[in-house]
Amino acid sequence: MAKSPGVYICSGCSIGESIDVPKLAKVAESEFKVPRCQVHPVLCNPEGVELIRKDLADGAIDGVVIAACSPRVKTDAFAFDPTVVLDRVNLREHVAWCQKPNDEDTQMMAEDYLRMGIVKAQKSEPLEPMHDEISRKILVVGGGVTGLTAALEGANAGYEVVLVEKDSRLGGFVSTLKKRFPTAPPYTELTVDGVAAQIESVSYHPKIEVLTSAKILKTSGQPGMFDVTIATGAGEMKTRVGSIVLATGWKPYDATKLGHLGYGLSPDVVTNVEFERMAAGGPIARPSDGKAVESVLFVQCAGSRDKDHLPYCSSVCCMASLKHAAYVHEQNPDAAVYIVYKDIRTPGQYERFYRAAQDHPLNFLTKGEVVGVEKADSGALAVTVKDTLLDERIRIEVGLVVLATGMVPNAADGVAIRAVKDARATLARADATEPQKVDARNKIETLAHHEGTEILQLTYRQGPDLPAFRYGFPDSHFVCFPYETRRTGIYAAGAVRSPMDAARAQEDAAGAMLKAIQSVELEAAGAAVHPRAGDLSFPSFFLQRCTQCKRCTEECPFGTLDEDVKGTPQLNAFRCRRCGVCMGACPERIISFKNYSVEIIASMIKAIEVPEEEDEKPRVLVFMCENDAYPALDVAGLNRVQYDPSVRVIPLRCLGSLNIVWIADALSGGIDGVMLVGCKYGDDYQCHYMQGSELANRRLENVKETLQRLQLESERIQLTQLAINEYDRLPGLINGFVERIRELGPNPYKGF
Amino acid sequence: MTQTQVRDTGGRPVLVIGGGIAGVTTAVEAAEAGCDVILVEKLPYLGGRVARLFRYFPKLCPPGCGLEINFRRIKINPRITVLTQATVDDISGSPGDFQATITVAPRFVTDACTLCDKCAEVCPVERPDDFNLDMDRTRAAYLPHRLAYPPLYVIDRVACPSGCTACRDACAYGAIDLTQQPARRTVKVAAVVAATGWAPYDATKIDNLGFGRYPNVVTNVMLERLAAPDGPTRGRILRPSDGQPPASIAFVQCAGSRDENHLPYCSAVCCAASLKHVTYLRDVYPEARITIFYIDLRTPGRLEDFLQKVTADERLTLIKGKVAGVEEDPATHDLMVTAEDVMGGRKITQTVNLLVLATGIVPQTDGLPAGFALDEYRFVAHSNGGTGMFAAGCVTRPEEVSATVQDATGAALKALQAVVRSAHHG
Ligand SMILES: Cc1cc2nc3c(=O)[nH]c(=O)nc-3n(C[C@H](O)[C@H](O)[C@H](O)COP(=O)(O)OP(=O)(O)OC[C@H]3O[C@@H](n4cnc5c(N)ncnc54)[C@H](O)[C@@H]3O)c2cc1C
Ligand code: SF4
Ligand code: SF4
Repeated sequence: MAKSPGVYICSGCSIGESIDVPKLAKVAESEFKVPRCQVHPVLCNPEGVELIRKDLADGAIDGVVIAACSPRVKTDAFAFDPTVVLDRVNLREHVAWCQKPNDEDTQMMAEDYLRMGIVKAQKSEPLEPMHDEISRKILVVGGGVTGLTAALEGANAGYEVVLVEKDSRLGGFVSTLKKRFPTAPPYTELTVDGVAAQIESVSYHPKIEVLTSAKILKTSGQPGMFDVTIATGAGEMKTRVGSIVLATGWKPYDATKLGHLGYGLSPDVVTNVEFERMAAGGPIARPSDGKAVESVLFVQCAGSRDKDHLPYCSSVCCMASLKHAAYVHEQNPDAAVYIVYKDIRTPGQYERFYRAAQDHPLNFLTKGEVVGVEKADSGALAVTVKDTLLDERIRIEVGLVVLATGMVPNAADGVAIRAVKDARATLARADATEPQKVDARNKIETLAHHEGTEILQLTYRQGPDLPAFRYGFPDSHFVCFPYETRRTGIYAAGAVRSPMDAARAQEDAAGAMLKAIQSVELEAAGAAVHPRAGDLSFPSFFLQRCTQCKRCTEECPFGTLDEDVKGTPQLNAFRCRRCGVCMGACPERIISFKNYSVEIIASMIKAIEVPEEEDEKPRVLVFMCENDAYPALDVAGLNRVQYDPSVRVIPLRCLGSLNIVWIADALSGGIDGVMLVGCKYGDDYQCHYMQGSELANRRLENVKETLQRLQLESERIQLTQLAINEYDRLPGLINGFVERIRELGPNPYKGF
Repeated sequence: MTQTQVRDTGGRPVLVIGGGIAGVTTAVEAAEAGCDVILVEKLPYLGGRVARLFRYFPKLCPPGCGLEINFRRIKINPRITVLTQATVDDISGSPGDFQATITVAPRFVTDACTLCDKCAEVCPVERPDDFNLDMDRTRAAYLPHRLAYPPLYVIDRVACPSGCTACRDACAYGAIDLTQQPARRTVKVAAVVAATGWAPYDATKIDNLGFGRYPNVVTNVMLERLAAPDGPTRGRILRPSDGQPPASIAFVQCAGSRDENHLPYCSAVCCAASLKHVTYLRDVYPEARITIFYIDLRTPGRLEDFLQKVTADERLTLIKGKVAGVEEDPATHDLMVTAEDVMGGRKITQTVNLLVLATGIVPQTDGLPAGFALDEYRFVAHSNGGTGMFAAGCVTRPEEVSATVQDATGAALKALQAVVRSAHHG
């Protein structure tokens, strides 16, 4: 613990003109008797920083409280050894720039913030990085174009790689292609580079171990220390790896579900995958009679962009059909090719290939909807298309129909698999109630098809594979962070992550491999990966008081916590992202970080001086997400927007780390209201830890019930969703809340 | 707080040119894997084009959210050196052992800046606000935008009256140095990543669409600023001609894109961007009538959901067809849009209060040093290993942010490989 932190107050940037700094210093000196309290007119200049460095070097202090500007600025100036306890009290953006200068309320606010900062430093302990034997070997699952690329890229950066492929040969779907989309100027020529060269490089690379006909039986442990058991033709083997790239690719959508488009009607209705194989295997011939193909019709979005099948766009089928049209004309320049589409999607330079296809006189492209495929008397297939560019309804007779079917990820939904397993366990339990059983049966019915799809076979409490995002892709939810993963150290790449073509998949492979490398390097330094990259703190559990309620193991967004048979949480610290969601979930308050804990925040709340009821000065506590809401409040300060001086802001790593005991503490300590400001939740959630703000909201619901029992108005607590760019809204939201609290009158528990 | 260091590769640094989302990502991803990085940005702040977007499709989340996280990663990582207002003039040498010459233009404001705003208060002149695409003005001493990184003011000396030193005299922190000169430095680097991004296609070149002639014809990038709370209309999207709210708005897709006379490629993001703009308009004008003229609606992958969600809007009409011409009613400054309705097989004319051109993406390669292979549209061709010179983001092809970040992370790996090799070979 930083028993004797030094306090350094800056009087620059109009702090000194707004706050009585000598009086503020008295708080540190007489209330806290800190060993050092110094005031400087420009603390961030070299002379000011030197004051601090000198006291640290002399051993006069064992922690630093800087009462100056926001922790978001002057980070270079105030950069000390990361193991030194440091707290930054935001006197500038959160007091001097947004409050009435030299006002009694402004002074009280500054003094409270200083008190909160000092107790926080006093209660925080210096960090020590965790250390363990970290394996830098990387496992790549899947030996298609993505996996091959990932393996090579990783090995070429100096890392050992184990590549696991379930098939007997490497290469995946791309190795079956006749030609690939153009990737180089002028973007009109198909290329023939398959994956043969890559397969060869991988096979002979000294740093890559290839396992074909191999299946993962079990993956236990955590990043840096995954122990993977693999079944191979030669028997079972075990290997330890540091991180994992999941590159299991895709499978074509099941065309037997596309009877309405003629699949199954005649052997001459084929899928694009079947067509590719026909073309790669030699001259394209009609499957029914082996005759040459004189006319072909391509049905775009066969099963894609269709709410009854695949609701998403498979992204590659437009280019694929244009390529297939080129195959047809290569073989028979006089063949008629029809392409019926919803929209032709050839982004970027692929537009050139589309343009070249449009220029071919025998390519007929039309927007339209295929409403029927029948056998015509001539032995041809008759396709009825409606809403076309030509007419409302047309009938085209062709020799071959190709359904441009879409891509389905070869993924397993770890969370769904876990849910079925739990449901089965519930049914087996003698003490399960009837509603529980009904619920379990429903779950089994909807999710049973997930059983047996396991890929990674993680021994995680939250399921054996990555959780699936929308439509079964284990993708990231974030625009800016496509490699964000809910299982630290495991990164999906290629078509399993999102529908994409081979060129894109190869780039994706490199990106995912970088993340895998970065994960082992950060773990080796004992530090967190994104979004708290570099953080050395980690949670510890005082298990003697654990009641096995399992809230932490269920709510951790990253599957960090496993359970023993009794349900006691077992920490796998290298999986942890340091969000503190578990800390917020724990009703026994036994989870804490050295510099962030239930007790630290509770002490900060206690440090707020609550005026007597007759002073008519309410106090409102505001918990803010430090990633988005807190910066927004900084900007309000930068814009010199004034807001109610009754508020005291405490930043949280994530609103999901909110422990409701803090609300009880605040209310029983006479605080009149508690406001929570966090990220947007719901489908398009913006929380960096997925469900933090939503979990906080759920916890609040419980608190509100308690409040009602205590005859306290539930309006005294409110959660607001706010985005970082909504800084103009924030002061108004704060004022509005305080206004309502004033209307409600003082907290009746004040003074008790 | 400084970050604990991951292991040292012992290799030379990586030079990243361009500090948009591509360059910022390459820099943080490479640095967190153990590379030293020099990030060179031409403008006085990082973030590039996305810093000027109001929201991202499809989540409608603010770009500042991800940028803030990335800036935090930069702040705590001593391996990253950020040089703003800087350009790379020249690169020589070979992979693993390049020598690069960098010119840093004077900011006239030092790290001692505290954001106190005194300089802007006393500054006597204004300049066009390039952050707001010149639709607004700032003082010559200004902070580029509210969440700018680095958080430092900057002085546009070109706009200053000659001999004026008012800002310097007002700064209590001695943070203004009006004698600063451009500085040149030479660095040895293992790899170079071009991430210089894109610029919007110059809409005045699209003669028939009236941009530049008619005030109420705006571009999609302008609409991003008009919708933003820190934009010229504080988030209310108002007609430039009279500052009135528009009741009817039309979008022209592929304005310049997919056109042999302008950009022969598809700019890939403008379809989803216009759909997003429909949501901006809906937020402020629930009743407005909106039309999108398009050739194909290109929203690949799960953007399909976004397409479905936005087009469920009853006051939105989609018309497949190319816009032939735009005329202005001189009295009202309304616009008459003539288009061919392909599905209906007829010509139609519609009058709207505001017209938005979905202009495309042009690679920004003019300022790149020699050595990068360009295609005929001046995109950097995706270079493979061995060259030590890589590229990421919209400078390689038109693409949205998540694809840009994906690229950039891959480029960080290519750079790491070169760095590791440079360590082995000295
Ligand atoms: C209207 C519109 C709306 C959009 N909306 C979205 C959206 O909602 N979601 C989405 O995902 N995508 C969207 N996009 C696409 C998005 O803008 C791009 O994906 C993104 O900007 C690409 O980032 P970048 O870093 O490659 O390029 P840029 O953002 O252009 O960054 C390049 C940086 O390099 C700097 N630079 C340039 N030349 C030099 C030089 N010579 N030396 C040093 N520095 C240099 C530039 O100043 C700039 O900071 C939209 C695009 C448009 C046109
Ligand atoms: S801090 Fe977050 S990631 Fe770590 S165990 Fe707790 S909930 Fe999980
Ligand atoms: S994305 Fe849409 S609007 Fe933009 S160029 Fe491509 S097709 Fe045209």
